[in-house]
Order: sequence, then C-alpha cells, then structure tokens
Amino acid sequence: MSKFQLFAKGLIKENPVFVLLLGMCPTLGTTTSAINGMGMGIATMFVLMLSNMAIALIRNVVPDKVRIPCFIVVIASFVTVVELLMQAFVPDLYATLGVFIPLIVVNCIILGRAEAFASKNTVFDSMLDGLGIGVGFVLALTVLGGTRELLGAGSLFGRKFITGDGILIFVLAPGAFMVFGFLMVLFNKLSARLNPKAK
Amino acid sequence: MVVVLLLITLVCSAAVGLVYKVTAEPIAAAKDAKISGAIALVVPTFDNNPAENPMTKEVDGGVMTVYTATQGGQVMGYAVETFTNEGFGGTIKLMVGFLPDGSISHIEVIEQKETPGLGDKIDKSKSDFSLQFEGKSPADFKLSVRKDGGDVDAITASTISSRAYCDAVERAYNLLQTIKR
Repeated sequence: MSKFQLFAKGLIKENPVFVLLLGMCPTLGTTTSAINGMGMGIATMFVLMLSNMAIALIRNVVPDKVRIPCFIVVIASFVTVVELLMQAFVPDLYATLGVFIPLIVVNCIILGRAEAFASKNTVFDSMLDGLGIGVGFVLALTVLGGTRELLGAGSLFGRKFITGDGILIFVLAPGAFMVFGFLMVLFNKLSARLNPKAK
Repeated sequence: MVVVLLLITLVCSAAVGLVYKVTAEPIAAAKDAKISGAIALVVPTFDNNPAENPMTKEVDGGVMTVYTATQGGQVMGYAVETFTNEGFGGTIKLMVGFLPDGSISHIEVIEQKETPGLGDKIDKSKSDFSLQFEGKSPADFKLSVRKDGGDVDAITASTISSRAYCDAVERAYNLLQTIKR
C-alpha cells in the first residue's frame, strides 16, 4: 500500500463513522451543530494521531500480555492533555464539548487503530493512518452536524438562513439517529459508485 | 512486564502533570475572564474590579457569589451569580445584575443544558425572554410564570425552563436582600 493510500483509506473506504461504525457515542452525542461536530472531530483526530505515533514507538518494548493497559494509559494521557489545552485556550468550545472530551478515551476508534494498525507498523505509517482515519472522522462529524443544524435550526456554522425555528427533532437525540441512518445510506451508495469493483 | 507497564505509566503521568502545570494559569485566567465578562454585561458602568472581592454564600446546597460594582467608591450595582437545579436539563447558572435600588438591570446565562430550540431560549442571544425582567423590581414584579399566578411570560413549550429561570432570579434577589440588610 502506498503512503497516500495509507492516508486516503480513512476518508472513504474505511471511514470510521460510516463504514467501520466505530465511536458512535461521541458521533451521535456531539453533532448538534456543524461547529460542535468539527470540534469533537478535531480533538479526536489529535488524540488518534498522537496515540498512534506513541504506540508505534513503544510497540517493540511492550510485552503482548500487558499491551491493552499500556495502550489505554497512553491514550488516556493524550486525552487529558487535549482536555487541559482546550480548557486553557478554547474555553468556549470546551464549554459545549466538555462532557464528551473524556469519553475520547473509550472511543473504540482509537484503541481499534492502536491494536489493528499502530502496534504492527512504523511510526510514520501509523501517523498517516491516524491522520487519515482522523480526517475521515472530522468530515463525517462535520457533515452529520451540519445536516442536523441545517434541518433543525435553519443555520450552518451558526449562520442563520431562516427566521424562526427549524425542525426541532433533528437537533434532539432521535434526529441524530435519523440523520445518521440516511447519511449512511447515501454514503454507501456514493462509495459503491466510486469503486464498483469493490463489491 | 510489570517494569514496562510501570515505566509507561510513570512517563505518562509525568507528561500529564507537566501539561497541568503549564495550563493551570491560562485555565484560571479563562474562568476569571468569563466571570468578569458576565459581570460587565449585567451591571452599569463601574471602575473597580468586582471579581476581586466576591462574597460567597452557600444557599440550598449550591454556592452563590455576589460581586459589587462601584464607581468612585459609590455602589453602582450588584452582580449575583445564581443557580437553580429545577431546569429541564439540570442546573442552570445565571449572572443577574441588580441596581442599588433592587431592580434588575440585565441577566446573562452562564451555563445551561436546556433543550436546544426550546428551553435554551432563556439565553439572550436566542430570544427576548430575558428582556422582560429588565428594569423590574422583584418587590412588585412577581417572579413566577403567569400559569402559576406570577408576572412572567413563559417561553412557549418551555414552562419548566421558564420556571427554573424565575427560581434562579428569585434566589439571587433574596440573597441580595439578606446581604443588604
């Protein structure tokens, strides 16, 4: 696999949200608006990239039996670091995403990539993998949040198009599932058209 | 095996500790800036730093804070950080500004988890709900929604949030009365 493919596979072919269906809790919980989805995506991307690199770095010294505790410790540390940095420098975003940030630790995308990829590959390849999956996650969350914001509040990135309210249910929890389901259908349709040979 | 795990946890905790040290100051500054910003929004002009000498008091299981704004030594108003646990989504925190005569000048929402599009209209940026309190003195303006026999027009479909809001404002007023006495 070329270096570019390593990065690009996370965008569509192995998109963490629409294809791998990992990390649903933050996906459905935080995407009430485009900006929230993007913020959560970027925070996750950072943690994913850093933890992938760190784990690839220590993969040869970590005994197989304790690899999961080691990975979790590394991931939890990066999440705490990101949480502290956000609290210090983007307090507004932290106020809206605050409760979900610690949940990045248990986001299965991160442990999944650590186990499936970073523990078997070089630091640089792991970084590319983390970046690709991370960007895929950011895109998916932004699209999901944008759609919900558009339908639910009639605005995009906080800019309002209509006066009054949108269709409220899309901002609430049931709307998350509905929009997610429809987007998944659309995504599968699109990716099937993009590479018809895949299936 | 144990040694490796121990080493990794050691390195990680050291890194977290370091970042905590570095960010402790900006985090405190960001919190202060938020409080000062909210104070400046709810009371008229002042030339002291109200955030410097807050008066805290424990009421109904929560902590409330009163900031006094003065200009040239004269009291210009009070900003009361108040709360309610009656919100639809749990705790709501407000900053309520009072003029020296006890009437409400402005109210800002500091923290809320109300339903987006319904209860979150208590926020000034979302609807005019909070404007009806401005200039009113709780002494002759009954702080409960019309449904409960008060003078407040509730947000449509968000009576619980509106009630909670009134509860928080009333708590702030009562605290201010006991302090002034």
